[in-house]
Amino acid sequence: MAKNDLIGGTLWEQYSTKVNDRMTNPRYLGEITEGEAKEMGAKLVIADWGAEVCGDAIRLYWAVDPKSDTILLARYKTFGCGTAIASSDVMAEMCIGKTVDEVLKITNIDVEKALRDDENKSAIPPQKMHCSVMAYDVIKKAASTYKGVDVSSLEEEDIVCECARVSLRTIRDVIRLNDLKSVEEIANYTKAGAFCKSCVRPGGHEKRRYYLEDILKEVRQEMENKQMSRHVGVKKFGLMTLIQKHRAVEQTLNEKVRTVLLKEGGNLEVVDMKDTDGMLDVYINYLGACNGCPSSTTGTHMYVEGVLKRELDKNIRVVIV
Amino acid sequence: MDRIYLDNNATTIVDPKVKDAMEPFWCQMYGNPNSLHVFGTEIHPYMRIAFNRLYAGINAREEDDIILNSCATEGNNTVIKGVYEELIRTGTKKEIITTQVEHPCIANSCRFLETLGVKVVYLPVNGDGIVTAETLKERIDPDRTALVSVMWANNETGLVFPVRELALLCREKGILFHTDAVQAIGKVKVDVQEAPVDFLTFSAHKFHGPKGVGGLFVRKGCKITPLLHGGEQMSGKRAGTINVAGLVGMGLAIELAVQNLDYEETRVRTLRDRFEDALLSIRGVQVIGKRSNRTPNTILASIKGVEGEAFIWDLNKNGVAASTGSACASESLEPNPTFTAMSVDSELAHTGVRFSLSRFTTAEEIDRTITVVNNSVERLRAISMSTI
Repeated sequence: MAKNDLIGGTLWEQYSTKVNDRMTNPRYLGEITEGEAKEMGAKLVIADWGAEVCGDAIRLYWAVDPKSDTILLARYKTFGCGTAIASSDVMAEMCIGKTVDEVLKITNIDVEKALRDDENKSAIPPQKMHCSVMAYDVIKKAASTYKGVDVSSLEEEDIVCECARVSLRTIRDVIRLNDLKSVEEIANYTKAGAFCKSCVRPGGHEKRRYYLEDILKEVRQEMENKQMSRHVGVKKFGLMTLIQKHRAVEQTLNEKVRTVLLKEGGNLEVVDMKDTDGMLDVYINYLGACNGCPSSTTGTHMYVEGVLKRELDKNIRVVIV
Repeated sequence: MDRIYLDNNATTIVDPKVKDAMEPFWCQMYGNPNSLHVFGTEIHPYMRIAFNRLYAGINAREEDDIILNSCATEGNNTVIKGVYEELIRTGTKKEIITTQVEHPCIANSCRFLETLGVKVVYLPVNGDGIVTAETLKERIDPDRTALVSVMWANNETGLVFPVRELALLCREKGILFHTDAVQAIGKVKVDVQEAPVDFLTFSAHKFHGPKGVGGLFVRKGCKITPLLHGGEQMSGKRAGTINVAGLVGMGLAIELAVQNLDYEETRVRTLRDRFEDALLSIRGVQVIGKRSNRTPNTILASIKGVEGEAFIWDLNKNGVAASTGSACASESLEPNPTFTAMSVDSELAHTGVRFSLSRFTTAEEIDRTITVVNNSVERLRAISMSTI
């Protein structure tokens, strides 16, 4: 919320001139007949996507040169809002002159960019971004029809956010690596969920296979489980056999203590361990610069014992040999 | 090109007579009516006239309150939250009953109270788009229900709810009853004696008054915690300096609206029906709700193969202002609750368009609109794959 958000009803004002123009005067609207395709020596491809009940539906016509796989002509019919009509129109234009494999690389984001007046300013407001998605989907459908393959074989990854084309793998990674805790943070990192918001949680504009809230919960749970399993290991220290305790002590010393001592040119070794009256005595021998250092029996001693007590068990005593 | 305004359920033109009546209160009689000096006191006679008009407009008794406020959203918030404070938070009643088709200022206030632990029941509408007394009867429980809030007329469909029966049922059971009458005043008769409501909300700009002023009727004895605390205006029930020009304007506006009810019922209804017949003569057009049970000015139509936002875009380009409940045109993209609740043809969610007339709408405007509509339907059906 800021000064620019104080005036509502600005939806149409956020459309670019190109969106306005394509909506009012679409260029590639219409059908391609069997006869027209034949005259061009082309194969006619017709692909449908969406349904009127869902609010968006498109039928794409291609005349494709069978020798070069080049799209000679593209037209469409669409049921949708102004943005859907404008996106369909510019998408049809972008198909012409490209091969079927080349057009498969066109995404809804390319379509939106083609509608911009200023390359740094969106052609449409965020919540209308999903209207350009169907332009992408119908291309895939047409290509699969032309190639005679199933449309799912052209899907590279599981897409969670269609508007920003963000995959499930990317979202899971970004949550884990950046320790993200909210859907807003995911949107800031990936743009997923920043547009039509259908993928944030159920009940939005359209039904989705994945929702950001669920993914976040799942990944956070996994992260927590991982941390828990480490803690569980520590809590059970008292029940470990002496060999397991030795391993745990060595691992903790490696991770938390030796790295610090090595910086000063020192080190230590564990020479023995004994369980006595519920206490574990760890006998250590200083090496390198630590050996004979005045603080080795005071500060360093307390530090080493403190780390082991904190990380493993409070009943640990460190004895310097 | 003269613009044609057919979105009167959103807001209305200020009647020029109302504007004139408000004029002296900007630069001449600008005092604060709570001041003791003449700048304050000289306003009181005008306020008295305005309040007389408001009381007469809904047939309130002198012992009742009409609390002046800023809009219907404020009035509705005051009732929902005020009853919560008065009866739910500290009392034994735990529940509010409303409908699935209320305006967002009721729906979202209720959702807010749910976060505070209040149980809210959202009654569905029947096939005719309304909630009947029978449906309410099954659900109310005098031990639990603190408040029932049902709109007088729906903003999208114009359908009129049986407020009298609902209010009588609540009175019989000893439950407070509130109605949001924002879409009813000036369109149908609103009488708080005939329909014994406890609270009633209205807003001036829906009946040719100015924006930013509204009223809340509170029947004598119905206690409510104020939303705004501050000075002693409105006997402490709504603090804040009185919007004098707004009050004067609203007073005259309601008087004119009530005087024009016959005109609304005859001329506006006739124009609306003529327009509706023209729409229905187009193949694949459906109008929601029985004509006889709608406010005289409203049409909610679904035009097959014509997406709502694209349609009002075309109308706008041709100088006609209407609105759409289409999910695509709202900034939130949430499905329209009225459509979902009425569970009519699911295509309607994307093809709904609302035309709402007023007593300022002319026959010529309707004729021109019919031409514009026909052209746009033809154009958009050529773009869509519609087989109609």
